[in-house]
Amino acid sequence: MSVTDNSWIATTLASARPQAMGALLRYFRDLDTAEEAFQEASLRALKNWSTNGPPRDPAAWLILVGRNSALDEARRKSRQQPFPDEDAVANIEDPEPDLADRLDDSHYRDDVLRLMFICCHPELPATQQIALALRMVSGLTVKEIARAFLVGESAMEQRITRAKRRVTAANVPFETPGAVERAERLAAVAAMIYLLFNEGYSASGGDVHVRAPLCEEAIRLARLLLRLFQGEPEIMGLLALLLLQHARTRARLDADGNIVLLEDQDRSLWDRDLIAEGLVLVDKALRHRRPGPYQLQAAIAAVHAHAARAEDTDWAEINALYKILEQLQPSPVVTLNRAVAVSKVEGPAAALELIEPLADKLSSYFHFYGVKGAFLLQLGRDADAKEAFDRAISLANTAAEAAHIRMHLDRLMAQKKLATSR
Amino acid sequence: MQYAILCYDSEAVVGGWSKEKDEAVMAKSLAVKTELAARGKMGPTLRLMPTTAATTVRAGAQPVVIDGPFAETKEQLLGFYVVDCEDLNEAIEVAKQFLHGSGALEIRPIKALWQHPMGQSQKS
Repeated sequence: MSVTDNSWIATTLASARPQAMGALLRYFRDLDTAEEAFQEASLRALKNWSTNGPPRDPAAWLILVGRNSALDEARRKSRQQPFPDEDAVANIEDPEPDLADRLDDSHYRDDVLRLMFICCHPELPATQQIALALRMVSGLTVKEIARAFLVGESAMEQRITRAKRRVTAANVPFETPGAVERAERLAAVAAMIYLLFNEGYSASGGDVHVRAPLCEEAIRLARLLLRLFQGEPEIMGLLALLLLQHARTRARLDADGNIVLLEDQDRSLWDRDLIAEGLVLVDKALRHRRPGPYQLQAAIAAVHAHAARAEDTDWAEINALYKILEQLQPSPVVTLNRAVAVSKVEGPAAALELIEPLADKLSSYFHFYGVKGAFLLQLGRDADAKEAFDRAISLANTAAEAAHIRMHLDRLMAQKKLATSR
Repeated sequence: MQYAILCYDSEAVVGGWSKEKDEAVMAKSLAVKTELAARGKMGPTLRLMPTTAATTVRAGAQPVVIDGPFAETKEQLLGFYVVDCEDLNEAIEVAKQFLHGSGALEIRPIKALWQHPMGQSQKS
């Protein structure tokens, strides 16, 4: 057989990682020790599993082996003893038989949640939160994370080290959290996962506009979170939102890498499997009648997914959903998004009126000027539209964003030339 | 004898497969199904969405609706095949062909199988 036969070990290690790291973190109360223990357990798994096959409970195996090896390491250091011989270590190589009895896994939900929560501590800036989560929870290498963020490896190494230091100083409690604290942790982790997705969906810099691996990792983490907290409608909403948005990835850029707006997208390129799962989750979440921002955004994405053609979109429904979202989570960006729905239902003049008061708050927001320019264009105010589009280009984060607005401008200029040459 | 072959695996592991790996497993499964179908031995098959999409309705004085799968297990029911085999030995050989390197397949002889057309209302 081929060498790839052992690829299952890597997949198994990756899927067991959050639970194992979460438990090791609870034992050792230190990210570095937990990480070293997990690394050591993974090395032993590579050796042991390839000959003995997969253990019945890989996460439990890794937790026990990791814990024992870290304890041995600590004892060795404290007693200044020489390295123990192989025989002494060998008895922990196969902890399988009495594992299930000895391991208390009733904590594993809160273990994984704590591990994720530590990564998104409010003292960490967003980029550090994401980087730390990718390293600690997902187990991506520093090199992989650096590539995803388009920065050098040593810069990323520093960023993660700094993040770890701040998290250690922050002293997150290790006791099982109460209901309120658990809800707060869930909300913080959900926000971090959403940030991670957005980092992939609308890259905050550089030439690449979509970085699918970051989106896929965010979806994986959202799934993990929902598997642990099956009855949380907002986590259903989060996963649904990510699935429904990710479903459009293939249609979002054309062959030249230019942005294709939702209404111009080739909907046959949308991923029907992801949409189907997203719609199921929206359905499940709304049954709880506890609306929240992720559920509402997912519901809005669902309205788009239901429309076979752009012109079939139920904009009145989208407007209504945005209105509820505005009440739950007032934000100029939400109002800006609602304005697009208003322009479809009531026309560009009403939409423009709605966004005029946002100008101060959104003065450095690329989308504000893009949307404003489009409304002005529809109203035939070409000169004002050009001014808005120029402003948008100067604020664009990626080449694709700038190119998209430039396309609008070119069209505008071409129309003008046509008009003057007549 | 008709058998259901129930597929169990860790959905966290299966969900972690690359697109290529997932497509390779599905292609292999399709090849086995096509061969069995050509011999008239293949019945309905299905692949389930993850357990996060599941809802459980449990009987009681008032039926209780719970989010998530009926049982929390290390490995989850991911789908099934229905096959027509001479005997258990043949069913085991068929199951071996459907294996993909991890997880387990449970062979359950079918007591009764009903098939109704879906997606259309029946006129009487």
